Amino acid sequence: MGVTESPLVACHDCDLLQREPMLPEGGVARCRRCGAILSRNHPRSSERALAFGLGALLLFLIANLFPIVGLSLGGDFVQTSLLGAARAMYRHDMRLVAALVLATTFVAPLAQLLALLYLLLPACLGRRPPRARLVFRGLTLVQPWGMLEVFVLGILVSLVKLAHLASVVPGVALWSFGGLMLLMAATSASFDARDLWTRLEAAR
Amino acid sequence: MKGPASAARWHLATCHGCGLLSRTGAGQAARCPRCGTPLHARKPDSIARTWAFIVAAAILYVPANLLPIMETSSLFGAQQDTIMSGVVYLWVSGSWHLALVVFVASILVPMAKLIALVILALSVQSRARWQPLQRTRLYRLVELVGRWSMLDIYVVTLLVALVQLEALATIRPGSGALAFGAVVVLTMFAAMSFDPRLIWDVLERDDG
Ligand SMILES: [Zn+2]
Repeated sequence: MGVTESPLVACHDCDLLQREPMLPEGGVARCRRCGAILSRNHPRSSERALAFGLGALLLFLIANLFPIVGLSLGGDFVQTSLLGAARAMYRHDMRLVAALVLATTFVAPLAQLLALLYLLLPACLGRRPPRARLVFRGLTLVQPWGMLEVFVLGILVSLVKLAHLASVVPGVALWSFGGLMLLMAATSASFDARDLWTRLEAAR
Repeated sequence: MKGPASAARWHLATCHGCGLLSRTGAGQAARCPRCGTPLHARKPDSIARTWAFIVAAAILYVPANLLPIMETSSLFGAQQDTIMSGVVYLWVSGSWHLALVVFVASILVPMAKLIALVILALSVQSRARWQPLQRTRLYRLVELVGRWSMLDIYVVTLLVALVQLEALATIRPGSGALAFGAVVVLTMFAAMSFDPRLIWDVLERDDG
């Protein structure tokens, strides 16, 4: 082993203990046994995640305030927002399905965004928010359950099915959900938990 | 240091939350000193939990595919749709590319996911030594694609909310939707319970 010792890390997929290589800017370190990503060195990852997260929160509000799509046939016009769609399922005695839809497209993404902003905003200003550990724990628990990208594909499939039936009127929220999906992906891709904790530690 | 060495052998564990490597004591209630996430050298009761979720998901997989996920009543009478008949409808009406997407997300992915989890759980239980790298990749794939099965749940939800045209047709959700949602959630829990590090532990012991 070399004399200049970089810190030890263990792979989260295969548990191999190894030295973390020194990374150039934008570099990615992979486990030498199973290829899992060990760490990334993206400059200012927290600032970028914060910027994308703020944009995502704005789009989240728009996406949920306006109807996603409307359907018109003769004199009839029906339109729905995400919350309205979940409510329709609830009224049809599908309470668990309504709860599942609400949890994966509304509660989880919103909680994820709020937790991220709660941690990132002070971290980028060199402060440590109270109860950072608790909020971070909530963030890691809620993360796998946000499924906005699947919901957007669901909207597209529904549009095709509905187009056979009546004329479809795309709503403001349709585009907002598309943009929200991209911003959420950018937020998750930029977010680096190690960078966040390095900053939170330094702020103490 | 000879051969590969796992962190667990040195009584070290990586935190799932922040990636910090820290010492695990004998106690079960160890927490990451930096972010407070509970530390486990290996996920607790990984294989038993994975099996429980696999079995529950496999049982519900049957009603999820046989029961109707929605019922359409129109001027021409009532029609019940299962997941499969929804795919067939898209195919026949000319949207074959969407039919393919829905087929992969709703039928292929849940089945492939269950089979993959069974293979992973069995291989770890039998202390298999074959293809650890491929099996780890299989696990990553299972984690990645599982969520896409929610597609049909969203489609049904949107159709139920929108197709309430008295003059033409109304759509009601069917009980298959409930079973299908349960299958997606249960397979996600199964994947979360499985610990890919168990695949490598067998190799570890022989090298030591
Ligand atoms: Zn690895």
